[in-house]
Amino acid sequence: MIGVGKAKQYANVLDKPLSRGRQEVSLSAFAFLFSELVQYNQTQVDNIAELERRLEDAGYAVGARVLELLCHREKGNRRETRLLGILSFIHSTVWKVLFGKVADSLEKGTEHEDEYMISEKELLVNRFISVPKDMGAFNCGAFVAGIVRGVLDSAGFPAVVTAHFVPIEGQQRPRTTILIKFAEEVLRREARLG
Amino acid sequence: MAPLAPRSGDAVFASVERVNAELFTLTYGAIVRQLITDLEEVEEVNKQLDQMGYNIGVRLIDEFLAKSNVSRCVDFKETAEVIAKVGFKMFLGVTATVINWDAEGTSCSLVLEDNPLVDFVELPDTCQGLSYCNILSGVIRGALEMVSMKTEITWVRDMLQGDDAYELRVKLLKQVPEEYPYKDDD
Repeated sequence: MIGVGKAKQYANVLDKPLSRGRQEVSLSAFAFLFSELVQYNQTQVDNIAELERRLEDAGYAVGARVLELLCHREKGNRRETRLLGILSFIHSTVWKVLFGKVADSLEKGTEHEDEYMISEKELLVNRFISVPKDMGAFNCGAFVAGIVRGVLDSAGFPAVVTAHFVPIEGQQRPRTTILIKFAEEVLRREARLG
Repeated sequence: MAPLAPRSGDAVFASVERVNAELFTLTYGAIVRQLITDLEEVEEVNKQLDQMGYNIGVRLIDEFLAKSNVSRCVDFKETAEVIAKVGFKMFLGVTATVINWDAEGTSCSLVLEDNPLVDFVELPDTCQGLSYCNILSGVIRGALEMVSMKTEITWVRDMLQGDDAYELRVKLLKQVPEEYPYKDDD
């Protein structure tokens, strides 16, 4: 049994009340931490694809937990089971809690039935990041893509999620688009549910 | 121009941009888990967290000085108070208490009751030696080094290890005299 034979008392995490999620830390504290995450992962990889994959993995772990937390706190222990429901849950609820605002847009891909896009003019994690030229199309948004994939996957919507820079006319900085490509089974299930 | 009056931790925290603490907490958790997977040994993880903290501290001190208007502290006692009341507050939104000074006034404890790093965290049996918040000690060490103070920081109490609070022991090793950083031929 855990804790037996130890004089110290361990506070069980489940015995503590769940926080209401109103606490805040400064944006720079997060930015510093995120920068360390990226820098550390840079030392562990040989190429950009690998770096994005590792950031995505880190984000995935966050996403899986965010789903559990928010379904419990915001949705009374219910979770979305339909495709559009879960997408709008991510676009509004998840985004609002994590980034303080709903995402700028949620669109359906025009060329493929299974693709959806969430776009953000200035993604929080990219606020203080400028990508060196030699790193090509690397986008730290991979972390957020990971969060989205973590939420989707844990809710039963396996998908491939990637982050891309999309230039906007008249703006110096490109926006970030999170591209979600659902697995075939998800679309088949949706079709069956009608 | 007269020097600006130092601002309280609350005032600075209220004026900076903020993010949800849960994003911060979960991201930190993801980092720790990644380190445990990569490095395997808890001792190595502790070391890496401390290093990350140090890297942050070295950069964070600039923002701290710029936003808080705090100028040179008269002694180490004041330094500790400023870290506890302004530093912690302006970045993490919590304050610490300074206790247990030694007779020389060179070492003290910072006690945190609220710690945004550890929400949702429980250490499994396999990670008992993990100093989960080691990044914080690194931050303080790095930041103080940039203002000419060499310190040694150790964790005395850790709630994740079953203690009743988070306590950091901060020991001032030496004040490094400031040197003009550039040589003539640079």
